[in-house]
Amino acid sequence: MSILINTRTKVIVQGITGRDGGFHALKMKEYGTRIVGGISPGKGGMTTAGVPVFNTVEEAVEKTGANASVIFVPAPFAADAILEASYAGIDLVVCITESIPVKDMIHIMPLLKRNGTRLVGPNCPGLITPGESLIGILPGMIFRKGNIGLISRSGTLTYEVVNILTESGLGQSTCVGIGGDPVAGLYFIDLLEMFENDPDTQAVVLIGEIGGDAEERAAAFIKEKMSKPVVAFIAGQTAPPGKRMGHAGAIISSGSGTAKEKIQALNKAGVPVAKEPSEIPELVKEKLEI
Amino acid sequence: MKIHEYQARNLFRKYGIPVPNGVVCHSVEEVEKNVPDDGILKVVKAQVHSGGRGKAGGVKLAETKEEVLEKARQILGMDIKGLTVEKILVADAVDIEKEFYAGLINDRNTKSVTLMVSAEGGVEIEEVARVSPEKIIKMPIDATTGLLDWQARNVAFQLFDDIKQVRQASDIFKKLYRLYIETDASLAEINPLVLTPDKKVLAIDGKMNFDDNALYRQPEILAMREATPDEQKEIEAKEMGLSYIRLDGNIGCMVNGAGLAMAAMDMIKLYGGEPANFLDIGGSSNPEKVVEAMNILLADKNVKTVMINIFGGITRCDDVARGLVTALEGIKTDIPVVVRLSGTNAREGREIIKKFGLPVVASMSKAAEKAIELSKTEKQ
Repeated sequence: MSILINTRTKVIVQGITGRDGGFHALKMKEYGTRIVGGISPGKGGMTTAGVPVFNTVEEAVEKTGANASVIFVPAPFAADAILEASYAGIDLVVCITESIPVKDMIHIMPLLKRNGTRLVGPNCPGLITPGESLIGILPGMIFRKGNIGLISRSGTLTYEVVNILTESGLGQSTCVGIGGDPVAGLYFIDLLEMFENDPDTQAVVLIGEIGGDAEERAAAFIKEKMSKPVVAFIAGQTAPPGKRMGHAGAIISSGSGTAKEKIQALNKAGVPVAKEPSEIPELVKEKLEI
Repeated sequence: MKIHEYQARNLFRKYGIPVPNGVVCHSVEEVEKNVPDDGILKVVKAQVHSGGRGKAGGVKLAETKEEVLEKARQILGMDIKGLTVEKILVADAVDIEKEFYAGLINDRNTKSVTLMVSAEGGVEIEEVARVSPEKIIKMPIDATTGLLDWQARNVAFQLFDDIKQVRQASDIFKKLYRLYIETDASLAEINPLVLTPDKKVLAIDGKMNFDDNALYRQPEILAMREATPDEQKEIEAKEMGLSYIRLDGNIGCMVNGAGLAMAAMDMIKLYGGEPANFLDIGGSSNPEKVVEAMNILLADKNVKTVMINIFGGITRCDDVARGLVTALEGIKTDIPVVVRLSGTNAREGREIIKKFGLPVVASMSKAAEKAIELSKTEKQ
């Protein structure tokens, strides 16, 4: 078990004929992900990265039985690409594209909900169930199969933490990069709930950052609903207010969304917060008593 | 992106939201020429991208034209939180019976545009939210339907009893929503929204922010941008694919990835140093970007050391190291640089950096320690 993706996940790549789409389609395939096709309107019939290219998601689903999609489409067209996948009946859409206008995301959210589509991202590195399936741009070689679930708003910081976990002998069940945008798909609580119900996950590492109050909400959820231990790290303790720290969602507005508030809320919920990423493994081991 | 109050007022007016008359002036001469001597009480307001203008003395009432000129002289050129006042808005002051707040935001939790109103107007809404959140009424708007008549009316009934005022207010909410959507705004506030003694509902002060990611399709909004010198640097960096924010410390940081860049800053602070900036060079790290990033860091005279923190994922560390060497060969500086490389092929990568003659470490904590040490031993 694991959450969201496994060996049965069949993935199509929207934007496969672009530089990033093509490159990562190959990388995902190398990792063992079942990439079954790609989409590029007007280029249907071609073969790229060893898989057939289709003009529409609908056709791709019909011909390949794909149930997940990963999006590398440029920002102005990305929200439409997410919807195309949703209306074609894709269950899980992973959007890697960054800099999508917030309005576009807000516009598609009610439709995704209506269609029952699960979205990861946008502006995210994707997700991985080590040894089974990798969807996105994560460097597969740093992950090891194991029992730690991981949820993160960041990309390279996730790799940093995963690398430390792997080096400490803590493998991962599933790692999900939920992205750095203010309005995004699956978020902390959705995923905490999935990890709580996943028999292969023993503990969860949550990597948050400044901006919004999702970490505070996660803390409340953990306190009320989680039996499995959670360990956290929050980036941006030195971030000045009013400035967007790279991620569109990483901003302290009018004094709220600070790292301090998040750390306090998590601590109150019994979640230890690491001072630096290298502390995470010992905190996890303490909680698991290993 | 932020705009000034007078620019928000212009947008309000364009969308039919009632605002009192006013003119923008860049100089006392313009005040002399453009402000009517009509005997109406005026309010003179500094136009700077900063809150707390009133407290700083940037908002003053004036009864006569002479007084308007006098206040204009005081406020123009004044310093508010480090920003020089270069223009003022001179608007008709309005008699106020009651003040309200109305605003639209992108709400992260409901993943929708949300209309917020409060009978506590004229004060900072964040303060109201902290002290008495029950005084804020929220209406999440379904993007597929937009703000419906009944929704706008229901919200207005929370503020007014008289149907005539409810109609005026709900009309304003709907126009504000249309403005918000059509301009890709990320914040639109009317604070205060007022009721006058003759029962008119008016927008007195307005604030609007816009989504930077949507500016490519909002040329009219983009044309209103007035960046401060620091913001200008951030914009230039962004055009090169870098995300840069200047801080006050002396240890420059260059990192791949925003979350990791924040973590690196935190680490410097944790180990007793002060980060000079936030600088994200993006997921990969090509030599051109590294050169641009170094130039930005070295342009900051406070910077005493540079810490380059790269986690190599898909881009292998040996490739990253070659890129760094190519970039650093072309830059002449006495500022010490410490490199941290981890991830795929890290050992090979570190070997390349070592041969080039720079200190190279394997962990972020070691990099922070080394950078702090170097910043202290630097010759005076």
